[in-house]
Amino acid sequence: MAAFASALGILPSPPASAYPQQRRLRSVKREQMQGCRSRRCSKVVSYYGLITPPYKLDALEPYMSKRTVELHWGKHHQNYVDGLNKQLATSMFYGYTLEELIKEGYNNGNPLPEYNNAAQVWNHHFFWESMQPESGGSPEGGVLQQIEKDFGSFTNFREEFICSALSLLGSGWVWLVLKREERKLSVVCTRNAISPLALGDIPIMNLDLWEHAYYLDYKDDRRMYVTNFIDHLVSWHTVTLRMMRGEAFVNLGEPNIPVA
Amino acid sequence: MYRRCSALLALVAEAMALRTLASRKALVAAALGGARPLSAARGVATFALPDLTYDYGALEPAISGEIMQLHHQKHHAAYVANYNKALEQLDAAVAKGDASAVVQLQSVIKFNGGGHVNHSIFWKNLKPVSEGGGEPPHEKLGWAIDEDFGSFEALVKKVNAEGAALQGSGWVWLALDKEAKKLRVETTANQDPLVTKGINLVPLLGIDVWEHAYYLQYKNVRPDYLSNIWKVMNWKYAGEVYENATA
Repeated sequence: MAAFASALGILPSPPASAYPQQRRLRSVKREQMQGCRSRRCSKVVSYYGLITPPYKLDALEPYMSKRTVELHWGKHHQNYVDGLNKQLATSMFYGYTLEELIKEGYNNGNPLPEYNNAAQVWNHHFFWESMQPESGGSPEGGVLQQIEKDFGSFTNFREEFICSALSLLGSGWVWLVLKREERKLSVVCTRNAISPLALGDIPIMNLDLWEHAYYLDYKDDRRMYVTNFIDHLVSWHTVTLRMMRGEAFVNLGEPNIPVA
Repeated sequence: MYRRCSALLALVAEAMALRTLASRKALVAAALGGARPLSAARGVATFALPDLTYDYGALEPAISGEIMQLHHQKHHAAYVANYNKALEQLDAAVAKGDASAVVQLQSVIKFNGGGHVNHSIFWKNLKPVSEGGGEPPHEKLGWAIDEDFGSFEALVKKVNAEGAALQGSGWVWLALDKEAKKLRVETTANQDPLVTKGINLVPLLGIDVWEHAYYLQYKNVRPDYLSNIWKVMNWKYAGEVYENATA
């Protein structure tokens, strides 16, 4: 009878001293209750947000229209962020940084469900920052020296970049990466959402070759899109900063020490 | 309004128009003083862009005329041109015995040849509403759909779901497995033809979910494109293919 009544919560519970563990638990619970303003404590959760490009949405005209940037950033990029957050609500990857997510999610070529959204969020953010209004032209200083060392000349690099972009079959990205093993700059193409981060290299600059990136402005003329990017949009300033950071991880050669 | 594309060559019934230009090219070669490549004189078969049986604007409002024109005259034409070029290069590599060149050309051949094959089927899968587009399947194919998917609506839902979930570029197909005598919904990446998913698969209907197929009209909302394309689907053609394959 007593057991039945206490199960229903009618009888008072035994005194705290009766069960030491219970006493500890009860005091902790009391602390928690006093610490919270509301009756029930809410768990703090954090998710990914969408970062705004570092320029106004119409700043890349006439090479990339405002309509394209609005759709590309506001719809496509936003959808990837929302999709990723939705997946992370019930995923073991909750709490990972984006880079960790990409490296772990790639799973050596068998991407896990979270990989696509995470990689596309990262790739697009990298893309917006790889561009700058009224930029393009050619780099200066150390970056130019490195390009000339690894490609022969800036013109060669430009040709190789355009050629690689045009030879990509399907959707994907074209990157300028700093290869860790070979310790040099290289142009690589990746399909769909694959990121050089997952392949172990350091990305320096990228260009979105999915059709949604250029179809409204250039229709099927991918060549014009890539040419305009490399001639007018790519931010060598950002490239320089990324190279500087990359040099902390990759030894690009002996420093010039004067002889005498 | 959009006019039917003026065909470079005569209209053909088959999906792939196979024609040798040996005689014509030999004449041209003679005129140019032998400037044409060796393969032309040997008569390498080339493929031609098939004509549509309806106007570019006839599928509106499901698919805009602008998209149809670009899709046919630019994208499909590019696949055909690049395919012909790759075949010419392949011929040269085979003649020289250059094994690595032959292997290297495979991805370009698969991409452009697949693009030509897939799009040739795609134009036949579409029909203006006024000519019977959108009418659901009847008889043998209709019963088979009910048997293998439960209902026509279930099939549409499945195709739309798989098409929307496809990451990147590709196609979603309603396929007949000739061996198992069952219908299946399959997806292929990029321009891979359906046979890459199974040698016994016969394509009944294919929907192009590359962004170029819908972006100008539907922007990023691929599900809207998929739900609207059924209004111009040519089930009559699918039914014919099905009956021929199961005869």
